[in-house]
Amino acid sequence: MTDKPVPEPTPEALFFWERATAGELWIQRCTTTGKAFFYPRTYSPFVTGGPVEWFRASGDASLYSYIIDHRPPPGFGPGPNPIAVVELAEGPRMMTSLVDVDPVPEELILDMPLRVDFEERGDWAVPVFRPAAQEAAA
Amino acid sequence: MKPGEVVIVGAAETDEIGHVPTHSALRLNVESAVNAMNDAGVSIDDIDGIAGTGNYPIDVAHDLGIAPRWVDNTSVGGCSYLMHVRHAAAAIATGMASTVLITHGESGRSQNNQYPYQVEPFSPWGQYETPYGVGGMYSNFTIPVLRMMKETGLTHEQLASVPVAQRRWANLTPRAAQRDLITEEDVFASPMIAYPFHRLQCCLRTDGGGALVVTSAERARDLPGAAVHVLGTGEASEHPVVSQMGDFTSSRAFRTSSAEAFRQAGMSPEDIDHLMVYDAFAHLPIFGLEDLGFVGRGEAGAFIAEGHTSPGGQLPMNTNGGGLSYTHTGMYGMFAIQEAVRQVRGEAAAQVPGLRTSFVQGVGGMFMAAASLILANDVP
Repeated sequence: MTDKPVPEPTPEALFFWERATAGELWIQRCTTTGKAFFYPRTYSPFVTGGPVEWFRASGDASLYSYIIDHRPPPGFGPGPNPIAVVELAEGPRMMTSLVDVDPVPEELILDMPLRVDFEERGDWAVPVFRPAAQEAAA
Repeated sequence: MKPGEVVIVGAAETDEIGHVPTHSALRLNVESAVNAMNDAGVSIDDIDGIAGTGNYPIDVAHDLGIAPRWVDNTSVGGCSYLMHVRHAAAAIATGMASTVLITHGESGRSQNNQYPYQVEPFSPWGQYETPYGVGGMYSNFTIPVLRMMKETGLTHEQLASVPVAQRRWANLTPRAAQRDLITEEDVFASPMIAYPFHRLQCCLRTDGGGALVVTSAERARDLPGAAVHVLGTGEASEHPVVSQMGDFTSSRAFRTSSAEAFRQAGMSPEDIDHLMVYDAFAHLPIFGLEDLGFVGRGEAGAFIAEGHTSPGGQLPMNTNGGGLSYTHTGMYGMFAIQEAVRQVRGEAAAQVPGLRTSFVQGVGGMFMAAASLILANDVP
């Protein structure tokens, strides 16, 4: 775990990292248009200098695309490491790790429902995702 | 700027490409620069503009003894050199420079005095990608393709046909690093790097350099080098991290930069005889063919698999073998331009007969930026 790269939060992203480390996924939306976006910024990307506000995302997402890295960097091996882009229920997409699922194409079906979880990276935690059905069963 | 008013009058690579462990990255820059100046018939006293990235153009200019009055260090990844040509064309057209030298040199394989690629932990990459195990480019540049397959019908077999088609060109090209003909079965049998990409669908890692001399068509009339006219150029940027690419089936940066190049040239895809699409990975020519408008959405895979981009096909593409087979130092864009210049001049190893126009499409980072050039042997 300690081999995995640790993010260095920027001031504009600090709240995202603080909430993630507390086990909550918070993202921003444009106050003017109501449109959510990722990653955290000072201004809305939809309105010039437009104000932004934080909200807690549902944690529901779907599998948008992925690769399975067969030559993962230190901390992610030796087995294949699935790296995914997920689409949050609120619309924005983010890169993430898929956990508690076999890293094989047969188990990773595009648009399958996912649920957020969190994994430590140094003093912080990063959002990761697991199959939603699995969580319901657990 | 009027189409064709600016020309590439010198173009050359380093004496050797591929495995050149004796040469520093700086040496690869300056060796190709001297070769290009010799090709153009100009001296260091004629050069008043310098552009490049990797090694700073300040270092390259001073090393060669050049005193520039115009400098461009645009650094947007592998398509930077296409942007340098575009910026040089604008500078020459407006009198800010008269003759510009653009250099590339990268010790991608041997890492001989090579500036490293660094990802700072506070950057968008460092905060939102590397914590998930994004290491080499193969683990994030490749990520849109499964979505593209689902939405456009692109198949694994079609994706495997890309290196097969390009190897046919490399087979005709003595300087290509990989020349043996391959089949789709060979692609699938090569080691898995990042599913769904096998090794033969990922670019080489090589050492090499290339340089260009750009000047006005008027000045080029007094020079011995064969002038290649710059008819149109374009550039664009989209996002800092691939997860924020607006559409995983189409690059906005490709669409913006190519449309601008076509607009400047007053041309459309039917006017293009030859195409270079930066191919760090096998899906890039698919995006290029569709986003530039050479084929419709979802048609590029079959177009390549059916041989239309192979030798004898209707749209010769990546005729040096590309980054998959010819060479890929890291920022490959310079070599795509070099091959387009050779083809337009009629001096390529795998020369396409009767060729008049070439379109070069570059990509920077992971679909982060793009740039386009339309080159021709005459002004229409």
